[in-house]
Formats: sequence, C-alpha cells, structure tokens
Amino acid sequence: MTAASADGPLVLGIETSCDETGVGIVRGTTLLADAVASSVAEHERFGGVVPEVASRAHLEAMVPMIERACAEAGVRLVDVDALAVTAGPGLAGALLVGDAAAKALALALGKPLYGVNHLAAHVAVDQLEHGLLPEPTLALLVSGGHSSLLLVPDVTSDVRQLGQTMDDAAGEAFDKVARVLGLGFPGGPYVDRAAREGDAASIAFPRGLTGPRDMAGEHRFDFSFSGLKSAVARWVEQRERDGETVPVPDVAAAFQEAVVDVLTRKAVLAAQEAGVDHLVLGGGVAANSRLRVLAQERCDAAGIRLRVPRPGLCTDNGAMVAALGAELVRRGRTPSALDHAADSSMPVTQVLA
Amino acid sequence: MLLLAFDTSTPAITVALHDGSGVLASSTVVDARRHGELLAPGIEAVLAEVGRSPADLTSIVVGVGPGPFTGLRVGVVTARTLGAVLGIEVYGICSLDAVAWASGLDAAFAVVTDARRREVYWATYSDFRVRDGVAAVGRPQAVAGVLGDRPVIGPGAGVYPFVDARTTVLSAAALAELAAYRLTTGGELLSPSPLYLRRPDATPPGERKRVLA
Ligand SMILES: [Zn+2]
Repeated sequence: MTAASADGPLVLGIETSCDETGVGIVRGTTLLADAVASSVAEHERFGGVVPEVASRAHLEAMVPMIERACAEAGVRLVDVDALAVTAGPGLAGALLVGDAAAKALALALGKPLYGVNHLAAHVAVDQLEHGLLPEPTLALLVSGGHSSLLLVPDVTSDVRQLGQTMDDAAGEAFDKVARVLGLGFPGGPYVDRAAREGDAASIAFPRGLTGPRDMAGEHRFDFSFSGLKSAVARWVEQRERDGETVPVPDVAAAFQEAVVDVLTRKAVLAAQEAGVDHLVLGGGVAANSRLRVLAQERCDAAGIRLRVPRPGLCTDNGAMVAALGAELVRRGRTPSALDHAADSSMPVTQVLA
Repeated sequence: MLLLAFDTSTPAITVALHDGSGVLASSTVVDARRHGELLAPGIEAVLAEVGRSPADLTSIVVGVGPGPFTGLRVGVVTARTLGAVLGIEVYGICSLDAVAWASGLDAAFAVVTDARRREVYWATYSDFRVRDGVAAVGRPQAVAGVLGDRPVIGPGAGVYPFVDARTTVLSAAALAELAAYRLTTGGELLSPSPLYLRRPDATPPGERKRVLA
C-alpha cells in the first residue's frame, strides 16, 4: 500500500438533486475540494426552486465545477479511485444531469461509480469534520427538501427512518413565513437574522404533532409544519387588518422557536429511546443559529454528543457525496451498475442505487 | 480518427463509432424514459464491440436537439464531460439534420420530432444535406399547413396527421456519417449546447395568498 492510499481512497462526488451543482473531492475523511455553483438567485423571483431552471443551470455548471474541484484539490481526474453521485431523492431532471456526468466520468476513467442516497450523504459528510461516525448515530436532517429523523447503525448499508415531515419540510416553512413577513428567499437566513432582534416568547405559535396523543402514537417522531405556517400567516393578517404594524422580529423569533423546539425535543427523545448517544445535525436548516444553540443545550442536558458540520457542509454539496463514496469504498461495498437509474423518490433506507 | 456520436433528443438512445471512412459499430434502443440509464452502457458497448477504449476516441459529436429537455441534457452533459476528461473536441449537430441525412431524399421534405405538450419540432430541407432555415417548435396543425403535401419524416411524423408521414428512428450512425462529412467539407458544427427552443415553464407568484376568509 502506498502512503497516499493508506490515507483512504480519493473520491470525487457529484451532487445535483436540487439547485446546487456540487463537485467535491475527498481522500478518506479528509476534504480536499468543495466546488459549488448555485442557481438560487435565478429562483428567487419565483419564490421556490423551478426544476427546469435548476436543470439548465446544472448542465452549464457541471464541467466548470469538475475542473474547479480538481484545481482546488490539486489532483488529476486519472488519480481518482472512485466516483460517487447523488442518485436520489431529488428533482428528477436535476438528478439526471449529475448522474449522467458521473457515468461519463466513470466510463472514461474506468473507475467504479457509486450512485448514493442524498440523505445518507448528509449524514456521512460529518466524517470530514469529526472523523468516523459512531455506530449507531442518530441524525436530524432539516432543509427545504427534507425533515427526517434517522437511526444510522451503518451509513453505508443500514439507515432507518424514525420520523419525517407529514407535510412541509422545515425549510419550506421558513420560505413561506419569510414571504408572509416580506423577507427574502430562501427564507432561512432572513428569518434567522430577523429573529435575533425579536422576543420568541411574545407569541405562542402551535407545535405540530406534540400533543400527548401524538407523542404516545406512531407519529411521535414525525413532524408537521403546515399548521404552524398557517397560524403565522393568520396572526400576521389579523394584525394587518387591525391596522397595526407587524412586529417582524417577534414573529420571526416565535416561529423559529416553534420549529426548533419541536425538532430538538423529538431528536433528543428519539436518541434516548434508541439508546444512542450521538446526534448529527445536517441539511440547510442546520445552519440556523437558534437550532444549533438549542440542540446543544438539550443534548448537553441529556448527555448526548452533538456533531454539527460547518454550515457550508450542511447545505447541499459534492463533498458530502464524496464522503459517503469514500466510506463505501472503505467498507468494500459493491459499486452501482453503469445502467443504474436516478430515482427522484429513492427511499431513505436505500443507501446505494 | 475515431469519432463517437450519440443522440438523446428523441425517444431513442443511439450511439455510433466512425473511423473517418465508415461506421464501425452502432447501437439504438428506443425507450423514452431511460436515457440516463442506457446511454453510458451504450457507449461502452460500441467501444467493446470494436475492441477500443475511451482513450482511443479523437472527437465526439452529440445531437443537440431540439428535443424535450430532460433526455436531451443526458446526451449533452455526457458529451461535455467525456470531452473534458479525454481532452478531445466536442461538436453539436442539430438532431433533425441526422434524420434528414439518413433519408437520402433529393427533393424538398420536412423533418418532424415530437416536442410533447401537443407540439412538434420541425425544419424543412431542400435535400438530405441542406436545411432551409432554423429548427422551430409549433402546433402540428399549423406546421402541417406550412408543409402541405411535402413528405414529412422523423420520429414525430406518425404522431400527428401529416399528409405524407414517414416515421423513422433517429440513428447515431447517420449522425456520425454527417459529422464526418461536415468535418471534411466544413459544414455547420455547433457548440454542444441544447437547442431548447422553449423557455422554462415558470411564472412568478402573484400577490401573497390570504388565509383569512
Ligand atoms: Zn439536502
């Protein structure tokens, strides 16, 4: 074994499931490059991601991002040991661009290709920050596309879903509330910023699926943010009708607190019930400052070790896909076939296509 | 010379190899929903058939449509990525031209492919080598009115009521021959960018929806 391969396999990962074109390169658990182009500005005036706009942007950004990642990492494509790509879940047309590019790379380089689950990649990315994942690990993934509570005995082969959103993803609720409050898109960072000046206790917004019946039943680890979103909209409209000014910072803070309270409460409870003492936070909403603080407080109180990757690794990127690819290589998992399908509704329990 | 040609702008996933004097191998599968699955294995198969590897390729030509977006992009991104990795030239050719070339017709005709959403992509030709203008997208009834009783060929010909419709499958063998011909005679070679001909379907949201009655 050479010195280089002793540090782990060199893997290039591609991510195109939504509006970020990400190409990352890792060696084992070491991040070498993380090139991301985002089409978010093109979606802003539509108030949400437009699939065809995102797909067109992926096509234009793909080769430039591959080249940028190689330059950043100081590696040549021929030196790569394996390729990894998000095979799902995500926007069908968007996934297809990255998947086809990854297949072209695998074909031209004669290297193995792993078509991976986007959610498992959100968990595996933490290995770049905090080393190998404890097994099992609990993962709370929250973004504009997902809100999932996962039990992860082995991120390469065994991912189990404990809970998920029954309606809107947490990030979607942030987008919609930001719109109601006249803030920008995507809503997360705007609400977070506004909330810093507000009083979270000033308005009592509902916490979905947290009543005694819910917490005793099969949905105790599931989420619902649709009722909360409507409650915020109703509250704001009532104010406007009464001719009063809307206290944007207070509404933002109270809404954010309701989301973050439910997420962290359920995550800690799930960890305790499963007897797991590590929690990984991932997804774009994991960049939310209040979520980080409250998750830390509650994990500390419960004796759970919290692992949160830096914000740039929580949002969608190619490094997370490469990180999972490297772990799949390390564990000796069988690569995907060159004719594997990108699957927009790939189940979270399926790590490999 | 070893030219790799492929096209995913129609329901066919079609791949061919050309050595400058003729087509060495080709493969065509018609499966409108599996472009992403079948293109790379198709390329692998034609190379294996003649005992060559990707490193032997000297240039790539891809059909750039017009075509429904999702499948079309599979071909274009594959061409661009292969070209970047292998460090070879990548050309685009209007996919309708490959259909025209394959017909060998010497009189005026039109090529039509299915654009979905009850529209067709179309272009008219003076003969199998010469397109009259640029490709366009339109309602079949309107296009039929323009075309009159001219022969209409292509994968979309039989889908709509054209007078003299002759359904053909787009083949990369024809695309490869056409590319080889244009490379030596200096015909139109485009950049590998999709001819979308339509804007993305998206409208900015109107005023905020009210939740109170
Ligand atoms: Zn994500």
